[in-house]
Amino acid sequence: MNARDRILGKLRQHAPQTAKPLPDVGSWYATHRPLEAAAEKARRFRHFIELAHAEVHAVTAANWTETLHAVLKARAIDKLLVAEGTPHGDAALDALPPRGIECSVYDMAIEAWKSEMFNDTPAGLTAARAAIAETGTLILWPNALEPRLMSLVPPVHIVLLDSNKIYNTFFEAMSVEGWKNGLPTNSLLISGPSKTADIQQTLAYGAHGPKELIVLLQEGEA
Amino acid sequence: MSEHTLHFKPAEGFRARSKAVVDNPFLRQSFRGAMDFLMSKRAAQFPDPEELESLRSLGEAIRQYNLAKLPDLLEQLEANLTRNGVKVHWAETPDEANTIILGIIQGHGATKMVKGKSMVSEEIELNHAAEAAGIEALESDMGEYIVQLAGEKPSHIIMPAIHKTKEEIARLFAEKVPGVDYTDNVDALIQIGRNVLRRKFQEAEIGLSGVNFAVAETGTLCLVENEGNGRMCTTAPAIHIAITGIEKIVEKLEHIPPLYSLLTRSATGQNISTYFNMISSPRKPGEKDGPEEVHLVLLDNGRSQAYADEQLRKTLQCIRCGACMNHCPVYTRIGGHAYGTTYPGPIGKIVSPHMLGLDATAGLTTASSLCGACGEVCPVKIPIPELLVRLRNEAFSAPHANPAMRGQGAGHSALQSAIWRGWAAVYGSPALYRAVSWLGSRLRFLVPRRQGGWTSVRTPLQPAPKRLRDLLKDRN
Repeated sequence: MNARDRILGKLRQHAPQTAKPLPDVGSWYATHRPLEAAAEKARRFRHFIELAHAEVHAVTAANWTETLHAVLKARAIDKLLVAEGTPHGDAALDALPPRGIECSVYDMAIEAWKSEMFNDTPAGLTAARAAIAETGTLILWPNALEPRLMSLVPPVHIVLLDSNKIYNTFFEAMSVEGWKNGLPTNSLLISGPSKTADIQQTLAYGAHGPKELIVLLQEGEA
Repeated sequence: MSEHTLHFKPAEGFRARSKAVVDNPFLRQSFRGAMDFLMSKRAAQFPDPEELESLRSLGEAIRQYNLAKLPDLLEQLEANLTRNGVKVHWAETPDEANTIILGIIQGHGATKMVKGKSMVSEEIELNHAAEAAGIEALESDMGEYIVQLAGEKPSHIIMPAIHKTKEEIARLFAEKVPGVDYTDNVDALIQIGRNVLRRKFQEAEIGLSGVNFAVAETGTLCLVENEGNGRMCTTAPAIHIAITGIEKIVEKLEHIPPLYSLLTRSATGQNISTYFNMISSPRKPGEKDGPEEVHLVLLDNGRSQAYADEQLRKTLQCIRCGACMNHCPVYTRIGGHAYGTTYPGPIGKIVSPHMLGLDATAGLTTASSLCGACGEVCPVKIPIPELLVRLRNEAFSAPHANPAMRGQGAGHSALQSAIWRGWAAVYGSPALYRAVSWLGSRLRFLVPRRQGGWTSVRTPLQPAPKRLRDLLKDRN
């Protein structure tokens, strides 16, 4: 008998005879987290993510690349990693190089350019799939076009978020989107720049991930 | 139970280590300050007592529901992870877990491992095993990195370096990190750690992590963190190995939001952590990063013993937030290292006996005033004080057949039992009580001046020359 069978055998021998009732998570949220209107959700999202040290800019579909340019200029950043083949990545590729910002793309496996990613990529742009108002949280589902390290390695992470995609709670987001039916390789909640309080409870930003998180909150018609 | 060669300090040193901390005003101040800070941050996260109570009840119900189905859920998790391409391993003991992990590493000819924060990897002392096998195992959580540089162990499960001042860390970095000058600026110290570890994230072939929750229905491993090192360890290296205790499983994804909320609010008083990292598979064809292989090691190490007993099973509800230690008057005064076990504080006192046996941990069960603070703040309502009383009974009762725990009766002393039986006889019979108290008041001069621990800081105990009943009689 192997370890698996021995462990399962011990547990089965003593498992309770009767199952416990399935906890009703939905009704707890229905009672304790009233649904809010879009404007209120956007306000709450912004409040909490700013509390967590993120910078939020209100933008429109027409002007967001201008704000993106201004954000980079203000930090003297002249190179941005973008996701070619995504609408926002292609828009940045069109708009930024003529204005003096070099755009690099994630077009090969990380093994081929790890050193450049870690040492010569000052900023990255990704979209957020959605967001959560309750905690000021971005939801990202990295994929082949917009891989996982884009939102982690560059010291400045800029995120484009459509304000129509803000959920009240994490529970609402996973329920409405049916996450239980299948999750991607990696999915993420991000609620601010990387931080730590491991030295004498003193908060410091930029522990291992981005030192700055900048949200371009795109408002507009649903 | 198999023998294993862990480096846990035996419980007999517990008193001496506790005394050393209690006598050290700097450490006392460090822990007091840190615990006050964490308690007030937690309290600020739960302004509404009704919300807190109902959420704790929901958290308790979720954990108990999932524990009741644990064997089925482990099989479901294994099936779904396997379908997703994650390789699942089972280990009964720390030795087995180390053998599995080192086997994976050596099978790839790898020599460099970066580690995200994992208390289970501390529990199996993976770093020792890796070092012995010639594999570099580098901690990447800032607190763990500091503790590892200093050659120590974590003193708190959430804030591993809570016992160190920034000046101590500044001296440590200046001494141990090449090319670094002394600075006690916290931002500068964190940047030093960041720069060292970023190089390591690029070089390491292996990333090791713990697991905060494993979701059976989707086959997903969830990691909670603020720094981003957990994401680095699980994304940059070619191989990701996760290790978890068998109890950290939930059936449904919807069980995660309430537990996650309870965890971060109870642990550090954050409404949410910076990152919540959900991993469901290795890199798929066409994806450009992420590990090519993901492994999960499921560790028993005594958990099935706790599971076998309905009351002790509640120990396994724990989500490792550390609120019980933050609120514990004993932990606050003696710190995490005094316990000598991987998990300190109240949760350590109820979980360690299952991992190490009561023979090694009997004394720990008595290191509690039973004030109840731990049970009151536990986000999943583990009745920690009740479990401590149960473990005391298991440890100090006479050894019997079919004990519920390894090491049952280890603290039993025939003399002590006889004394208590005598005490019970005296206090159970009014006539005997009167006789003995009369004798006591007459023979009070025989009481020794030195009465062990009592007289080290107090005047000796001595029966009064007149009993209360005699005084009352005189008055009337």
